[in-house]
Amino acid sequence: MTTPSTDTDEAATSRPAAATEDGTTGAPLLQVRNLRKSFGGITAVDGATFDVDRGTITGLIGPNGAGKSTTFDLVTGVQTPDSGQVIFDGTDTTGWRPHRSANRGLVRTFQIARELDEMTVLENAMLAPRGQLGEQLWRAVLPGVRDEVVKQEERLREQAWETLEFLELDHLAEEYAGGLSGGQRKLLELARVLMLEPEMILLDEPLAGVNPTLETKLLERLHALRDDGYTFLLVEHDMDVIMNHCEPVIVLHQGSVLVEGPPEQVKSDDRVLEAYLGEDV
Amino acid sequence: MSARLDGPLAAATEWFDGRSDAALLLMLAAGLYALFTLVSLVLGYDLGGIVNTLRRITFLSAIYAMLVLALNLQWGYTGLFNLGVAGFMAIGVYTMGMLSTAPTTSPPGLGLPLPVGIAGGVLAAALVGTVASLPALRLRGDYLAIVTLAFSEIVRLTYRSPVFETFSVGGVSLGTGGSTGMSLPTNPIRMLFYENPQEVTSPPSAFGEAVFGTFEAIGVRAPVVEGTAYAIVLLVFVAGVYGLLRRVGNSPFGRVLKAIREDETVASALGKDTRLFKIKVFALGCGLMGLAAILWRIGGLASTEDFRPITTFYVFVALIIGGAGSNTGSVMGGAVFASLLFEGPNFVRRVATQYFDVGFGQTPNTIFEAVGPLASLDLTPLLAYTLSDVNVSALRLVLLGVVLVYLIQNRPEGLLGHRTETAASVDLGERPGGEER
Repeated sequence: MTTPSTDTDEAATSRPAAATEDGTTGAPLLQVRNLRKSFGGITAVDGATFDVDRGTITGLIGPNGAGKSTTFDLVTGVQTPDSGQVIFDGTDTTGWRPHRSANRGLVRTFQIARELDEMTVLENAMLAPRGQLGEQLWRAVLPGVRDEVVKQEERLREQAWETLEFLELDHLAEEYAGGLSGGQRKLLELARVLMLEPEMILLDEPLAGVNPTLETKLLERLHALRDDGYTFLLVEHDMDVIMNHCEPVIVLHQGSVLVEGPPEQVKSDDRVLEAYLGEDV
Repeated sequence: MSARLDGPLAAATEWFDGRSDAALLLMLAAGLYALFTLVSLVLGYDLGGIVNTLRRITFLSAIYAMLVLALNLQWGYTGLFNLGVAGFMAIGVYTMGMLSTAPTTSPPGLGLPLPVGIAGGVLAAALVGTVASLPALRLRGDYLAIVTLAFSEIVRLTYRSPVFETFSVGGVSLGTGGSTGMSLPTNPIRMLFYENPQEVTSPPSAFGEAVFGTFEAIGVRAPVVEGTAYAIVLLVFVAGVYGLLRRVGNSPFGRVLKAIREDETVASALGKDTRLFKIKVFALGCGLMGLAAILWRIGGLASTEDFRPITTFYVFVALIIGGAGSNTGSVMGGAVFASLLFEGPNFVRRVATQYFDVGFGQTPNTIFEAVGPLASLDLTPLLAYTLSDVNVSALRLVLLGVVLVYLIQNRPEGLLGHRTETAASVDLGERPGGEER
């Protein structure tokens, strides 16, 4: 099973594999520059600066309150930074609203899985793809034009089934998302962002609440997807996962980057230990 | 997901849940017609009277069905709590009236052809819906409800204001009629039956003469024939709106709407410009509300009394009965509400006056006078009070309250709310092509 793909023109232009073939390969996919955000007296993100290279699973760790989730929010446009810059694939996307970033190829999942409960698993998956003709009201309704929409829907339906199969959710396709278990929700969330065929996916604790068997499978899938050209930025509290699966690892502490490097180096860095121990972890 | 009942009702509920949408609609229509035929017979109506009763409930059911369908798009599908239904209805009706009534009448209109007036009314409602949605879309849930409710009252009071009773713009006189209201153009169905449809005293056309003659012979008078024909036309409109909104719902567009209802943050994180979708939904829904209101009032009087918030409330009740999120449920809810809850109390009153001597001669004037005699076990004054002309609308509200409490206790999802309609332009039931790719 390979990465699901469509023949949609809009999606084709941003297919992950294409990115490694063009000239921009050298530059980091995501550049975060001096990002700052405070809430009242608390500075949640304080001058965070880091890069995420194409085709990596980059780990983002840090003690509680280090600013990981806020960084995610700032990068994906859920919140606007007070200052600093987010450059995605050569484009300055600072302050873009989330839907715009997503359409540019930068999507995220949520720390607490947010499912669309009253929609089926299949509908959840079919919601995500970019460039859906039927999202235009007139196309969805007008006879004649609608045939195109139906054709595209048939393709998307097949793509959704493949993606669900890839994540072993296909037996639940017709169930309501509200009835899924915690782990299944995490998988569905991943299915949804994959359906969008982004270039980069920000995963906020994708393994929280997932049982060990499923966790192993999910990590295998991540590696397979990485090999297909996807780029991941992963927030995770499970150190084993970070140390064994992420390269490089970025450590955030009090809103800024403390250390950045390969897992072995980060593991043996005194400052990191201090940051965590100082928090009694 | 649907709440289960115990006892004999459980079996009935299960049976009901097993039927297809079309079967349920047909059975509901047959049931309502049978019931109202029976009531008419009990009241001793002749054939003309029976037909007129059925015409009346068909007319009201069709209007409510359209309003509920439009609201279902906004609230049921997208979760937009629009409490301004009556305001958008008023905009449709008044715009149509001002465009199409003759310049010679009072209040004067522009005298444009009726189709222009109707299209103008629908567009105006849609346009104002769009404009109203712009600031409102920053608000969620209850706050949107408050803003739209206030908006609808502003619209109503503006139309009612003496300032706009008659006014002129660039030398052209226009008017809303203020608190006296505005006579609307005659019902276009009259073109079918009359030589000169604009005039009340017009002789019937050749076709009209033939039709009226046929029905007169079996005791159905001309106005009833005319009204029945119009009611049938309205059913066609309901079918059209239903078909349109079904397509809207069962499409990628509808899928995004459902996603917005469930969790707007997710929808936008997945690249959907949710504001744009909400604006479109407001425009389409409000336009349809305007259309329904035009079809409701045409040939009659436009009065701000018809566009009080209670009208919005009625449409919401009908949607709750039918089940938010289901288009078929919306039609059923509209029909059940209009015929049983809205018109029902009138018929109860008529039957009661005819068969029981509830002493309308000495109907008490206040609730205290009505309740007082209960001490001596005298029910009559209370009955008379409840069923008097003046209080039948109060009876309606009591009935609505009872029905709502019952529904929320036993079937919070409404008649068909649990039947979520597929949000795709294709069937999602089974994977085509079997197991293998």
